[in-house]
Amino acid sequence: MAKGIFQSSLTKKYVMAATGLFLISFLVVHAAINAMIFFNDGGKTFNSWGHFMGTNLIVRTMEIGLFAGLILHIVDGLVLFFQNRKARPVKYAYEKPNASSQWYSRSMAILGTLILLFLVIHLKDFWLKTRITELTGNKHIYIDGEWVENLFAEMQLVFSNLWVVIIYVLGCFSLFWHLLHGFRSAFQSMGWNYSKYASLIANTGDAFSVVISALFASMPIAMYLNLVH
Amino acid sequence: MENGMNLTLKVWRQANAESAGQMTEYKLGNVSPDMSFLEMMDVLNDQLIRKGEDPVAFDHDCREGICGMCSMFINGEAHGPNRGVTTCQLHMRSFKDGDTIYIEPWRSAGFPVIKDLMVDRAAFDRIQQAGGFISVNTSGRTMDANAIPVPKADADKAFDAATCIGCGACVATCPNGSAMLFVGAKVSQFALLPQGQPERKERVLNMVKQMDEEGFGNCSNIGACEVQCPKTISIENIARMNREYLSATLKPEN
Amino acid sequence: MELNSKIPDGPLDQKWTKYKNTARLVNPANKRNIDVIVVGTGLAGASAAASLAEMGYKVKALCFQDSPRRAHSIAAQGGINAAKNYMNDGDSTYRLFYDTIKGGDYRAREANVYRLAEVSANIIDQCVAQGVPFAREYGGLLDNRSFGGTQVSRTFYAKGQTGQQLLLGAYSALSRQIGKGNVTLLNRHEMLDVVIVDGKARGIIARNLVTGEIERHGAHAVALCTGGYGNVFFLSTNAMGSNVTAAWRAHKRGALMANPCFTQIHPTCIPVSGDHQSKLTLMSESLRNDGRIWVPKFKEDAEAIRAKKLKPTDLPEERRDYYLERRYPAFGNLVPRDVASRAAKERCDAGFGVNATGEAVYLDFSSAIERYGRQRATVKGMHNASIEEIIALGKKVVEEKYGNLFQMYEQIVAENPYETPMMIYPAVHYTMGGLWVDYELMTNIPGLYACGEANFSDHGANRLGASALMQGLADGYFVLPYTIGNYLADEIRTGKISTDTPEFKEAEERVVQQIKGFFSNNGTQPVDFYHKRLGKIIWDYCGMARNEEGLKFAISEVQKIRQEFYANVRVPGSPNGMNPELEKACRVADFIDLGELMCLDALSRNESCGGHFREEFQTEDGEALRQDDTYNYVAAWEFTGNPSAPNLHKEALVYENIKVQSRSYK
Repeated sequence: MAKGIFQSSLTKKYVMAATGLFLISFLVVHAAINAMIFFNDGGKTFNSWGHFMGTNLIVRTMEIGLFAGLILHIVDGLVLFFQNRKARPVKYAYEKPNASSQWYSRSMAILGTLILLFLVIHLKDFWLKTRITELTGNKHIYIDGEWVENLFAEMQLVFSNLWVVIIYVLGCFSLFWHLLHGFRSAFQSMGWNYSKYASLIANTGDAFSVVISALFASMPIAMYLNLVH
Repeated sequence: MENGMNLTLKVWRQANAESAGQMTEYKLGNVSPDMSFLEMMDVLNDQLIRKGEDPVAFDHDCREGICGMCSMFINGEAHGPNRGVTTCQLHMRSFKDGDTIYIEPWRSAGFPVIKDLMVDRAAFDRIQQAGGFISVNTSGRTMDANAIPVPKADADKAFDAATCIGCGACVATCPNGSAMLFVGAKVSQFALLPQGQPERKERVLNMVKQMDEEGFGNCSNIGACEVQCPKTISIENIARMNREYLSATLKPEN
Repeated sequence: MELNSKIPDGPLDQKWTKYKNTARLVNPANKRNIDVIVVGTGLAGASAAASLAEMGYKVKALCFQDSPRRAHSIAAQGGINAAKNYMNDGDSTYRLFYDTIKGGDYRAREANVYRLAEVSANIIDQCVAQGVPFAREYGGLLDNRSFGGTQVSRTFYAKGQTGQQLLLGAYSALSRQIGKGNVTLLNRHEMLDVVIVDGKARGIIARNLVTGEIERHGAHAVALCTGGYGNVFFLSTNAMGSNVTAAWRAHKRGALMANPCFTQIHPTCIPVSGDHQSKLTLMSESLRNDGRIWVPKFKEDAEAIRAKKLKPTDLPEERRDYYLERRYPAFGNLVPRDVASRAAKERCDAGFGVNATGEAVYLDFSSAIERYGRQRATVKGMHNASIEEIIALGKKVVEEKYGNLFQMYEQIVAENPYETPMMIYPAVHYTMGGLWVDYELMTNIPGLYACGEANFSDHGANRLGASALMQGLADGYFVLPYTIGNYLADEIRTGKISTDTPEFKEAEERVVQQIKGFFSNNGTQPVDFYHKRLGKIIWDYCGMARNEEGLKFAISEVQKIRQEFYANVRVPGSPNGMNPELEKACRVADFIDLGELMCLDALSRNESCGGHFREEFQTEDGEALRQDDTYNYVAAWEFTGNPSAPNLHKEALVYENIKVQSRSYK
């Protein structure tokens, strides 16, 4: 039985939902810290938080968990995708899927893939540089008696390229649709769908998807347009 | 009747499970808007038989929306364009003169085609056999029916879940080919009633296990099933099954 | 032939107890070596197969549908009777027994009916234990409603889907036994003959509908739970596949067919809309709890309504004729089905029908909607509610009670029954006649049983609403499991039944020959062509009203149809593999023979009783007139090889506990 449970379609659902919710929690932290660029203090607050996140042992340990969660989310998603394709070996000649469901609910795999592609670019742009290789340009800045990585400057540099900004905005769109289904879907998968709370969950999910995606998208745009200093 | 509709039908024809099938076109005239969809198929078959051709095989029985036998995927939708009805309850007034109608069988690895529009849904029976029951033998000595009061809200919810007719529209319409609405409804009915408690955990584990073995897809909460379910069974029942399974897995003993 | 009904001695209320205490038993070890075939998986079949398997017998269950859950019991809407007296309205076993005998117009066996009433309460207990979600009140206890022909509320229900919920209960019990390996399920299989060896039923011949293979199945006993034969009329509320074939083939092998002319025409069905019609849809009798039946009082109004110049909602009260309330003040809209149906026919024949064909009456919910609305408004403390608010509240209550039925109606008719009265007309629904069985539910062929609608035993000449579900489950759960042991106790030394015998070979050959015949006749007309013709004849001459001349005409017509059918029916395709037209041809062949027997039976019964209304025998005000001195018997017909010349055997009905009187619902 134990082995069966790990292979069960429902366990795959729980893994998807649990890792999804975990990744959502990461998005909250990520968006909150990044939003500090809007203090317009030349990135001072942002950079010091960035330094904290980059050096704190607990955060660094959690980062490993984050990658594990992300990989699990991806692998589980791929397994589901291929299994589900096998479940309908002969396709319909006439399909009308929009009659009964939303396109983004049916497109989680493709949206996820787009987000993943974006993530590769995004990680190369920032994470790789702060953790493994070197930052370009003005590498460090002196804040509160300490030299910290000047991520703010790095953002300004990266987002001076219009193409990069466009890619980031598209990435945020993918994230938006992915979250629009993913948020409430996670609650349904975990079984937390009581009619009393259904609309609360749905509305929170919708609002969350809009706010997070818009917030992320606003950063490269604002930087490109030199709205933050 | 003289001024009925003229229709173009594109129907899946497949001689048997082994042979390959294809969409075949038929023209049908004088279709009355008061006919049910299956009566329209009767007219088509009458013409085919008179021409010496093989009539279209399709499953149907009660023709009043309760037996769950009819199973046509019509213009891309399980049981056609109307909501809360089966194919046999669909009437031709929902179509208009000159329409082209695609008619296909349920498509699922769990529902192999037997002939034309007929599929084998024994997988649902096997899921039921795995645990869709309360283990009570026939006896004249069960306790009085009113010995355990059941809150009306629970009884009503159990009833709503139990109205599933096992037609398989949920599987047919689900982009993933998942059977979780069917299984969720059965699990919910018993989980909500006091009589279902003793086998509650074992039941959900066994039924889900059987469901997975039948080749159905995984649920990703797309929600198409509840929209096209002819009995409008809610995906709340899937959520309840998810809960039940999780608690049965984490805490297997009753 | 001597018909022995094997009714136990002793007082009525102790017969069944006495029987159970003295019936022979089969010990558990021996049960494992005994095979029983149950044909049909409706309420009677599924409950019998599950119960027998629980007891330890090896069971094979057959159904022609793709799953046992599809059997047409699933379509029963309104409810199931049981003498629980939960409503404290004076109900009792005796009252249920009395109502059923009276409802059946004194043409049923006392002992069988009393047993039915006795076990009725157990059925509800059993079903609740199985998880059947019956309707409940706010206190959590079971709710009841009222049905035709009774003055108590003893009908348990699950909205308009009681049959579905009960069948799914029996199906789940059956599924459990299939899962355990105690029942072998043969779905998409149709029984085409019963095999008799040394005078005993020893198995069946069946066709695998998917592969077309003809199979032999041996067993120590065979139970036919194959439902009724209403589809002889082509148009009925039965499922398209419902058929008489299993019962009729048994009849051809010697089983007697009892009271075949006792058919029930249900008063509240959706009227026929055109020639394309393939079946009729019932609107549950429970609707008569709240719906009032009427037609216009004046012909000019009826004509205006038919011409669509007048809307029924615009017709004032004083121009309406609530004819059931007028004719039967004591029971009103809740008179038994035969009475309600005939009254509708009488009004429509007199020219008061309300749809284009002139064959429809109104079933009106407006007063119920208002009444419920006021109640609900009071409960909610809305003392100054406007009429609109009251109607809205009332519609909600009606929706809670009958929502699915109203939705069904709207789908078919494209009119909203919350806004305008429903149009209804009687349609063939149930058949009281069936295979003759004794008290043990065994036919005159030893080892061959018939349960549920397939037998004739409990409903006399007219069945009361919500009693079919009761009988199906009583037979399958609580009667057959006891009585079959009394027979099988002698079979413990028989050993496995071999199907490699001349009897099986001969039966198989017969089936194969019939099938071959359908493919070699170079016919031109589809099966339905003959079925529709047959149905029209039977409906016109052996339907709601019959007379000698018409019946004789019908008999000659049916004989013509038979000839033409075999000469000219076209069955396309081949016998190998799935062939729905072949299935239909086999069934219609038997319907034709049965149709003739129904007419012969109706012709031989020179009286009116229950659903059998002979126009020559009626009172001055048009009520059925029985001839108790001459016709107080069960007509059991024996097949002679010539379907036009069957032998009649009579089982006299003895009433020791009920005074036979003329049935009055006034």
